[in-house]
Amino acid sequence: MESSKQNIILEAKNITKYFYDPVKVKVLNDISFAIKRSEFVSIIGKSGCGKSTLLYVLSTMDSDYEGDLFIDGENMRGRKEKFLANIRNEKIGFVFQFHYLLKEFNVLHNVMLPALKLNLKSKEAIELDALNKLDMLGIKNLAVKKPNQLSGGEKQRVAIARAMINDPLIIMCDEPTGNLDKKNSSIVFDIFKRLSTEQGQALLVVTHDPQFAEDTNRIIEMEDGRIIRQ
Amino acid sequence: MNYSLIISVSKSLLIAKWKQTLIAAIGVMIAIAMFIALLSFMTGLNIMLDGLILNRTAHIRLFKEIKPNPVQPADNYFGSGHNFISSLKSNTARTEIYNNAAISKALQNDNRVAGSTERITTQAFISYGVIDINAVVNGIDVAKEAALFSFNDYIVKGNPADLNNIPNTIILGKALAERMTVNTGDVIQATSVAGIRYQLKVVGLFQSGINDFDKVQCYASIITTQKLLNKPENYITDIGVRLKDMSMAPAMAKEYMQIFETDAEDIQSANAQFETGSRVRSVISYSVGIVLLLVAGFGIYNILNMMIYEKMDSIAIMKATGFSARDVRWVFMGISMGIGIFGGIAGLIFGFVFSNVIDQIPFHTSALPTITTFPVNYDLRFYIIGISFSLITTYFAGWIPSRKAGKVDPVIIIRGK
Repeated sequence: MESSKQNIILEAKNITKYFYDPVKVKVLNDISFAIKRSEFVSIIGKSGCGKSTLLYVLSTMDSDYEGDLFIDGENMRGRKEKFLANIRNEKIGFVFQFHYLLKEFNVLHNVMLPALKLNLKSKEAIELDALNKLDMLGIKNLAVKKPNQLSGGEKQRVAIARAMINDPLIIMCDEPTGNLDKKNSSIVFDIFKRLSTEQGQALLVVTHDPQFAEDTNRIIEMEDGRIIRQ
Repeated sequence: MNYSLIISVSKSLLIAKWKQTLIAAIGVMIAIAMFIALLSFMTGLNIMLDGLILNRTAHIRLFKEIKPNPVQPADNYFGSGHNFISSLKSNTARTEIYNNAAISKALQNDNRVAGSTERITTQAFISYGVIDINAVVNGIDVAKEAALFSFNDYIVKGNPADLNNIPNTIILGKALAERMTVNTGDVIQATSVAGIRYQLKVVGLFQSGINDFDKVQCYASIITTQKLLNKPENYITDIGVRLKDMSMAPAMAKEYMQIFETDAEDIQSANAQFETGSRVRSVISYSVGIVLLLVAGFGIYNILNMMIYEKMDSIAIMKATGFSARDVRWVFMGISMGIGIFGGIAGLIFGFVFSNVIDQIPFHTSALPTITTFPVNYDLRFYIIGISFSLITTYFAGWIPSRKAGKVDPVIIIRGK
């Protein structure tokens, strides 16, 4: 019992959320589940079922909800914005449908940015880390390029490298393959698989793609703000 | 907070949008440059105009006023009580300052005093050919007058030191000399109120810029004037005192009046209207400068606002990956302050250049014969005020947009894609 509790990285307890505009709508209804270390979880469901909303609540970016959210054993409710920002910086990695790379910086600097913010290692060490991550994703040769010189699949891989740079406990993805063709999708999937098995990182992926979800460890299916299968 | 990271992000955003940045910085630069040029020029002009009066006027003038003796024999004879004396007349028998050597010495030892000089003022007729003109002859110590009251700046012809070096010499006001068609080297005849006539050689011409003044004023050495009046060597009618701090003049005038038992007039009561003009000019220059900076501030505000809309994505991902609202705010404050610093420094340089250009423009005035170009006051204070203003304005111009950037909700941006 004790060991399984320690293995839990993220736990949602009775999370309920409303949208108020234009009328009060319950978008998340009493959601409870937990994610363990190195688990590869996907959330599927129809458009508008609340899966992205759930992801943003779990990511701590959205703090307007009822219920409790534990990340690495700490309750996130009612915490200050700065505290939550530090949690995101240190313990969560993000990959979105859009890459959100800063076009003013080159690839390497984009990957380094969250680690520079965390400010635990020297700049040289961070640079080495970033090059290692890029190497792991097979795009080390792109390090000095600017994001606008990259293809869509390459950009997404840079975004994944950025999500990995601080070795977070969990990487959260919102439609990471939504903009990618089949070949690039499978590359991204393989990377995620390797992350969970080799690095022991948990992955929480919101996706539309049933084939993508099929190959994950665990599928959470949502409908109308409720979990109907997990 | 990791300042070096914040600064490096600000710098990258600044450089990425270098055209907008440049325009904003140019706005600040022009404001600061104009501010400095305007103030340097205005205060230069102020100092020059003030100098017209201040430089040649004694801060405190010690003299003996022509007035009835306050202690009348009747008071001594009848003792206390009130005595009515009718037909009381002023007495001009002794217009000199008693014991003036001791007073001069006491003034020399007073460390509030920058210097003092003795003078004799008297009326005389100046005759040349058939003309007699009434004039005021000032007996002066040329070296001291030059040191304390910039006497030499107003000599348009001749050498003022000749007053001391050559006996029986005089310097005439330029307007007076023109009326009589006298030039340097000519000999005029002066007749004093004592009825004594002297042949005096004209060694120089004097121009104060105030024509009425130049029509009646003449300068001779103290000894020449004493001879003209047939007075002994200790005859002095005025002592001009220049203070280290002009604002002390009223209080010190009262003090001297008591100690030296003479009359004393301070420059503030003699020229009361005078400071108002310079103050109004300063206020105008400062307001124009501040308005220019405000306009530049609004420019920065606008550009930062635009930049925040363009950089919504970057702000969203920065917040998602762990930058707090405060970090984001400081990134944008960094941009604003960067514009302020570079615009400000460029403004200082251009302000100096503009002042220099103004300083080269020819400017001739009869008031000040020694001045040939526009007066400019290179005061370090304007540069310090300029750079502080630029930093303060850009700080406040950046404040509201930066707060806005800090409040961006990443969820809304990311969902929108």
